Amino acid sequence: MPQTLYEKLWQDHLVHQQADGTALIYIDRHLVHEVTSPQAFEGLKLAGRKPWRVSSIVATADHNTPTDHWDRGIEDPISRLQVETLDANIRAVGALAYFPFRDPRQGIVHVVGPESGATLPGMTVVCGDSHTSTHGAFACMAHGIGTSEVEHVLATQCLLQKQSKTMLLQVDGRLARGVTAKDLALAIIARIGTAGGTGHAIEFAGSTIRGLSMEGRMTLCNMAIEAGARLGLVAVDEVTIDYLRGRPFAPKGAQWEQAVAAWRGLHSDADARFDRVVEITAEDIRPQVTWGTSPEMVVPVDACVPDPANEADPVRREGMERALRYMGLSPRQPIREIRLDKIFIGSCTNSRIEDLRAAAAVVQGRKVASNIRLALVVPGSGLVKRQAEREGLDEIFLAAGFEWREPGCSMCLAMNADRLEAGERCASTSNRNFEGRQGAGGRTHLVSPEMAAAAAIAGHFCDVGELLGRKEKG
Amino acid sequence: MDKFVCLEGLVAPLDRANVDTDAIIPKQFLKSIQRSGFGPNLFDEWRYLDAGEPGKEDSLRRLNPAFVLNQPRYQGAQILLTRQNFGCGSSREHAPWALLDFGFRALIGESFADIFFNNCFKNGILPIVLPAAEIDALFVLVEATPGCRLVVDLEQQQLRCPDGRVLSFVVDSFRRECLLNGWDDIGLTLRHADLIRAFEDKRRIEQPWLFA
Ligand code: SF4
Repeated sequence: MPQTLYEKLWQDHLVHQQADGTALIYIDRHLVHEVTSPQAFEGLKLAGRKPWRVSSIVATADHNTPTDHWDRGIEDPISRLQVETLDANIRAVGALAYFPFRDPRQGIVHVVGPESGATLPGMTVVCGDSHTSTHGAFACMAHGIGTSEVEHVLATQCLLQKQSKTMLLQVDGRLARGVTAKDLALAIIARIGTAGGTGHAIEFAGSTIRGLSMEGRMTLCNMAIEAGARLGLVAVDEVTIDYLRGRPFAPKGAQWEQAVAAWRGLHSDADARFDRVVEITAEDIRPQVTWGTSPEMVVPVDACVPDPANEADPVRREGMERALRYMGLSPRQPIREIRLDKIFIGSCTNSRIEDLRAAAAVVQGRKVASNIRLALVVPGSGLVKRQAEREGLDEIFLAAGFEWREPGCSMCLAMNADRLEAGERCASTSNRNFEGRQGAGGRTHLVSPEMAAAAAIAGHFCDVGELLGRKEKG
Repeated sequence: MDKFVCLEGLVAPLDRANVDTDAIIPKQFLKSIQRSGFGPNLFDEWRYLDAGEPGKEDSLRRLNPAFVLNQPRYQGAQILLTRQNFGCGSSREHAPWALLDFGFRALIGESFADIFFNNCFKNGILPIVLPAAEIDALFVLVEATPGCRLVVDLEQQQLRCPDGRVLSFVVDSFRRECLLNGWDDIGLTLRHADLIRAFEDKRRIEQPWLFA
């Protein structure tokens, strides 16, 4: 029987299946960070259990760590305790790799895993973090889990799971100038909704996806969770294999050849059946900007804020009205006229080297608008940061008036000092525009790195495609 | 984990779709390394008029009188009625911990986000999915009936309303067993330790690069 990629991965990790379909799934890679692991390690200890296979663990501190003044350590005592608890737990049990605070390879767990080659095709990858879906870009069955499940994986190397339904997101055609994987992700969420993928594993396929870099594919799979799907997938191709070659934890020599041969089978069979198919034409997509407090509240940059009066469903209408009140916007206001206070380029969605290059290309030779109080660039990892510095990107950002920070989650969720104050409005390359996400009362608009860079220069939203066109002509 | 068999409790309505886990328990409270104590900060930004911080004395803060859970008629509620996609966003298990700590044992909604749904079962909270029309009717009933109590019977998979209506729901059989008995997943899984070991040994030979 022809199989989808998801079905192949499921079969390959199936340890045991009960009559009702509940299955024991083997976990190859367990990513750990400081926020969702302390209670799991504690639970393990209390029950007198030992971790099953510590060589599956890759750990880093990312959510709580400051992005400046690293010489001062972590000043917030509660954050510090959490990071120190991770240190102590990993020291006690061991791991394949640990990138603690201030390590040159420390960074956001979803950036660090792939760049170190700890994420390999065909793996199951889990982490106490919903954006674990990112790793699906490598044809991994990768998804977020809760802390009880973190403990379950530590103790048993397995998870109890039910097989998901499958959805094929077929995207064909060429993305226009200034339209990125982020815009594609937001356009998909606009189309299927934030609950559209619930219960499904989404496979992204088609010529547009084949044309994306690994960074772009990671951005797309990262946002699969915002479409309600637990996991996103992209089949293995030359782009995947080229990305992995030579990474520290990637296989070497004869094992590399053996692995590559196996990875080449990680795609859906030609006539595999999906439970749902959605087709998208790449040419139709424009740069996207969210206007509300859910990622599905999104429109193209040249559109206006929608009018709740046109929404027939009362629950949705009320949701829109509440979002507009929170965001301080009025119906039918042009997106381009929305003025911003802060800019955030970072997060596990868009903080990889390619994202920083794209943003720097927009910023180069320009200045951040005077109404912008703070424009932050936070690289996804120490390695991304140093690569960018080798390419001189830091200087481009600094010359324009951006701040160039140390790696971490930063203002994506504002657990450290980087945050929005109440009422402040931010163009952000992160993944969630929920109320209070970037700071209590803060207003978040999700965009691509290029769009965030363009908004920093203009002081309000604008079409980065046009800005780039002008730059070339001028 | 506490068992869940049958619960008779007061219902509070939260008439919003897409309630995310950032709203259920804001990020600043995730710095705790404990599993308990999150109840006072459940829905923190909606419940209080001032900003909450870990270590701040919550009993001295100003409550938002407009927020539904602050209304006297819903004090002591154990059942939360909501709309679609409750619990979307972050995987933080602090969200069910906060709901539990506040006193909720059952949630009734049109749909729940996957990871959150799963996390509920690990903590003895029963999330019940009902069709939109039944959810609508329950909202009407709860608004109209002061002190509206429901019986949530997991054994029978039934919801019994004060007006005599009985709604049935379905819970995955394995999860139901676990809740009814208060079983610990890890203990159950470790009964298959031999199978896991055999699977792992085979995998180590077939795909050795996964075990570097
Ligand atoms: S960058 Fe943001 S979304 Fe990504 S792991 Fe960190 S907090 Fe979560």
